[in-house]
This record gives sequence, structure tokens and C-alpha cells, in this order.
Amino acid sequence: MKHLLSIADLTGADIHGLLELTDHMVEISQRTIPKVPALRGKNVVSLFFEDSTRTRTSFDAAAKRLSADTMNFAVSSSSVNKGESLRDTIETISAMGVDAFVIRHKSSGAPQMITRWTTACVVNAGDGWHQHPTQALLDCYTIRTNLNRRDSFEGLRIAIVGDIKHSRVARSDVQAFTALGAHVTIVAPPTLLPPSLDGWPVEISHELDSILPDLDVLYLLRVQRERMDDALLPSLREYSSMYGLTAARAARLPAHALVMHPGPMNRGVEIVVDPADLAGSVILDQVTNGVAVRMAVLFQLLGSGGDLKGDVS
Amino acid sequence: MTRLVIRGGTVLDQSGERRADVAVEDGRVTEVGSSLSGDQTLDAGGCIVAPGLVDLHVHLREPGREDAETIETGSRAAALGGFTAIVAMPNTEPAQDSLAVIEFVRAQAKRAGLCDVHPAGCITMNREGKALAPFGELAAAGVHLFTDDGNGVQDPQLMRHALEYARVLDITLAQHCEVTALTKGAVMHEGSCCSHLGLPGWPAIAEELMVHRDIELSRLTGARVHLLHLSTARSVELVRTAKADGLAVSAEATPHHFTLTDELLAGYDAVYKVNPPLRTAADLAAIKAGLADGTIDAIATDHAPHSPESKEAPLDQAPPGMLGLETALALAIGELDMPLADIVAALSWKPAAIARIGDLHGRPVAAGEPANLVVFDPSATWTVVPAKLASKSRNTPYAGRAMRGQVRHTLLGGDPVVIDGTAQR
Repeated sequence: MKHLLSIADLTGADIHGLLELTDHMVEISQRTIPKVPALRGKNVVSLFFEDSTRTRTSFDAAAKRLSADTMNFAVSSSSVNKGESLRDTIETISAMGVDAFVIRHKSSGAPQMITRWTTACVVNAGDGWHQHPTQALLDCYTIRTNLNRRDSFEGLRIAIVGDIKHSRVARSDVQAFTALGAHVTIVAPPTLLPPSLDGWPVEISHELDSILPDLDVLYLLRVQRERMDDALLPSLREYSSMYGLTAARAARLPAHALVMHPGPMNRGVEIVVDPADLAGSVILDQVTNGVAVRMAVLFQLLGSGGDLKGDVS
Repeated sequence: MTRLVIRGGTVLDQSGERRADVAVEDGRVTEVGSSLSGDQTLDAGGCIVAPGLVDLHVHLREPGREDAETIETGSRAAALGGFTAIVAMPNTEPAQDSLAVIEFVRAQAKRAGLCDVHPAGCITMNREGKALAPFGELAAAGVHLFTDDGNGVQDPQLMRHALEYARVLDITLAQHCEVTALTKGAVMHEGSCCSHLGLPGWPAIAEELMVHRDIELSRLTGARVHLLHLSTARSVELVRTAKADGLAVSAEATPHHFTLTDELLAGYDAVYKVNPPLRTAADLAAIKAGLADGTIDAIATDHAPHSPESKEAPLDQAPPGMLGLETALALAIGELDMPLADIVAALSWKPAAIARIGDLHGRPVAAGEPANLVVFDPSATWTVVPAKLASKSRNTPYAGRAMRGQVRHTLLGGDPVVIDGTAQR
């Protein structure tokens, strides 16, 4: 694996391998000193052309636990604002010696373009509406550990609810969950579905209530206010009344079912109850697992494979 | 007076094909016959000798974006592609909405001397869709085709008024068919590919609604409408019906819309971003069928040069458009299942008539006619090498593609501006 650009580039076995590796990373993260020298001397550069707090921090923590050197560029503080092209930015930073770029960009496909201009590994930390592969991996890991599904998601019923059309998380999760064998239903008003679902191995529902009792995982997506401006939704209140997770809807879920959300949450819109009151909420587990999954990804791309067991001395 | 003879070729024009030499003197064809001799000879063995090609849709970028193309470099690309006349789209900076800019473009073209350049006028001032351009003044100065290309005229009232003017002035309005309320942020064809790639879609209906509107406005006003670069199957069907109704509607299609599909965007390479976008295999087949049965009158390139750096941006930021002048003839020969005479018709006398320049271009190859001619080898093969193109830009989607059909000579007003595939200035 040279880059991590899209879940579509991974097989079920590849995903499984990364989740196994994540187990090691969780173990490291639980040590008194949660740090190993695995990536000592490697330079990991985060380039975020779009605001993000949790993903950037999570990658940073992951790189540091593996002893990599890290550099962070936020678009507001870089020369991009002075009109520098994406290519010039990448080539300039590459010239400083970079082993991996972690890229967040508002344009779909930007990480893939960047691979043309650098010899470094490129990790997609979210591009436009396209992909957010480490989010999908941490979601898989969270399901795997919380539902004790180490080997496969065969037979699991997962619903992804919300703005599928504009969601890189949905595109990545559908591919990852189904690659591991889960049955996925996407739930959205017709205006928030992609224009075509040809080749999507999913079932489609425009209604949430009837499927709740059969679910193992209810995955809620963030619904953004600007969707109303484009007349994709009558109102957030209307969305909430049809698709929001209320206490009544939560009560219809099986006792074992997980409730997940990629964050940041729009409380009162897609999630109307306090997640703290939801027995099945694993939303904070997702954040915790994010660091370990990103350690696994960076190690897989940059590591020699030999020194995960050691301590920093 | 020099007598130039094009020797050993097959003449192809409105009256069919025949083996003949062609003699040219003082800008005109003076003799068509066998075993002609002259002061200068151009070999045409194995070649077709035809009226020069006419491109209704070229972006020359000058004035304003001379980094991407100039009238000279674009004219050279045109000549090498076998074109003796091209219509220059008005989305220059400043736009071609005044006599001053029109005259500037004509003067630059004359200076380059490689191709007849006919600047199109704008329908609205600065192509903003608000105030009508001075049709009367420009028409009096010989402008026949008006368009806001790149921007469709959104306001139906404004378009109606423009057509009412057009009918009286006997000019043609050409429409870029796109209802922009349906294409906000659009990057590529709306369909299964854009859904996977996470890119905003440009739906077929955005084109078809305006095609339909303008057909009906032509019916209402009696004015001529030319529909630019059709890309969808339904658009072709709408034009077919309009023609059956006897309306004054003409249409063009580009080589890229009959050779490339939206799946090429999967690599996120902006060289494939174009407006209207590359569509599906079914649309491509409908465009070919529309050309074959004459529903679509003309092949036009929509030659749209862009600098390498602008095309290296992410898809949503890169400008739409691709080069076309130097590859159009070969793509038509190689990809269209049409008789060669029909291909030449769609590239020469039919567009010449739409541009209203049929007195000089797309003429029969006969004594007394203006010597605007192309000589091409329909079976010669070559490979597209972007660095070798005469255009100032490199944004061809056909890099490395094997082509069949190659221009050997181009004569502009009797002047051999291209000899053996080499521009003479």
C-alpha cells in the first residue's frame, strides 16, 4: 500500500489486516508511556485546506505515538492564500523531505492529484464529498470491538441516515461495511441521495421508523444548515421529525444496537436525545479509536514492520 | 502570376468524388482536370482535396488570455487542422460586444494570415445576460453569428427580444444550452460516475430544457437559432423533431462528445473537464446518430485552450474546455460511421452556411471558386503528442492516442499556409 486515498482501493482482507494492526496500536495506547519508536525519523506533514479539529488532532496524536516528526499546515497560515497553486505547494514542501502527506481538501480528488507531484505517501483525511477512509476504518474498528465481530460483519444490519449525497463519510462507510459483509441500508429524503446509486451495494429507504427494530448499528450523519438554502430540505425541523434520533426512536432499537456519528453533531437536528442517555452510543469510542486506526495506517504506509514492540528509550 | 497545382489527389466536394488535379492562380481555382502542370506542385497522392474546413466554435483567448492562446497561435492550429475559416467565440476580455473589439480580432487575424477568423458577437453586453449587445451596428459590420457562449441566456424574455431583433436583422443567435439553476457548482455529467466520485453533477435536463425553450422561441419569433455543442441524446431528439417541424434550427456537436465519456473523470484529471460535460455511452451514440442522419448539421471543435497551471487545479476549480482544432478531422474520420463526403460536409460547407460565409468557404472545387482548400490523407496514421501541437496550450484529452487521417496541405485564398503538415508562417 503506497497511499490511502479511497476505501474502494482496499479489499475486505486489506481492511481486516488494518483492523488487526489497530489492535496492536490500542495496546500501545494503553501503556503507561503510550509511545513507540516505530516511525522515528519519518516526517509526516498534515496539510489541511479545510477546517478540521478532530481529524487533524487525531492524525497528529497518531504520528507522535509512533515517534514520527510532524508538521502542520493550515490553509489560513500558508502561502496558498497568496495564490500559490496546489502543485507548487506540494512540490515546495516535498523538497523539505516528506515521508507522508495527510491531506484534507474541500475538492473531491485533490489527494489523488497530489500523488502526481510527490514521491511521499498520501493519506486522504477527507476530500470533498468523495472519501474519508480513516473515518470508515475507525467506524469498522468501533463496530468490530463493540459488537465483538473480529472476523466479519456478515449478517450485521447497518443503517446510514442523513445527507448521503454530500457525505464522504457515507461513501467510505458503505464501501468498508459492505466489504466486510454487512448489509447496509441508506436512509435519506430523495434530495439528499446521490443522483445515481448504480453500483452501490445498498438498500434504500426514505423512512426510518420501520427499520429501527432490525438494526445492529444506526449511523447518523451530520445535516448541514446550508442544505435548506438549496431547497433540498423544507426545514431542519422537518428533517428532524422524519429522521432525527428521538428518545422514542431510540427505544425502538434493539438493546444491543450501536448509535454512531462522525461528529461534529448537530444536536436537535439529527440527534435529538442526549447521546449520554443512549445506552448504545459509541460516539466517543469512535474518537478514541480514531487515533489507533490512524497509527495503524501510518505504520502500514511508513513502518518497517519490525519495531512495534519496543519502547522509546 | 504563379500557378500552383495540387497533383494526384481525389477531389471531394458537393458534387461527389473524382480523381483530378487542381490548379490555383491568384487566389482562385482556375482549372480542375488531369495531368495539370504549374510553377509549384503540391503532392496529393492518396489524398482527398476538399473545400477548406470551417469551425463554428473556437476560443482564441485574445484579447485577454494571451497566456493560453493568441489569434496567431490559434490560427496556426486551425490551419494545421485543415480549417480555412473559424468563428471566434466572444468570451474574450473585453468581450466581443463592440465594434472596437471585433475589428481588433479581425486585424490580428489578418496579421497572422493563417486562417479567416470571423468573430462572433455577444448576445448581451459582456455576456452578462442583462442588456442586449448592439446587434444592428455589428451586423452592419458583417457579424452574422451572435452568442454568449459559456453562458446560456437565462432570461426567456431577454432571449425572446434578442430573437425578434435577430429575425429583422437576418442574423443567427447561437445558444450555449445550460439552465444554470440546475448546474450550480457542476463539474461533470450527473450520473453514476459523479455519484461515486463525489462530484457535483451537470444534469442532462439542464441542457435539454434550454434546447426546448429556444426551439419554441424560434417557432414563436421565426428567427434562426443555432444550438452549440449538443451533448445529450434527448437534445438530439428535440432538434430532430424541430427540424421535422420545419423550424430554422441548426445544431453542432464536438469531437469530444462523440469520442469520450464521463468515466474518464475517474482519475480526477481536469483535462477531461468540459462544458457541457462528457456524457454517457448512450449519449455519445445519439450524437453520432444525429450527425449521421443530419439532425446535427456541423462538427465544431469548441477548441478551448487553457494554461497548464489552470488545468492542474482540482476539478471544481479548473476551467472547463479542451483543445480541438488539430484533432477534429482525424477523430471524425476515425470514429464516425459516416461516408467521407458527409464528414467533409459537416466540417466544411454545412458550417460555412450556418456562419453565412458560404460565398468564400465550403465552395465546390471548381474553376473560378475561391481557393480555400484542404488536402488530407484519410488513411495516414499518427499519434497525438501535446508538445508538438501548434496551440499555445496543451490541454488535449487525446495525448498518446493513435489517430487516422492527417492534414497535408491547407490553402487559404490560394496561399499554401500549410505544406506537408508544416505551417508556412
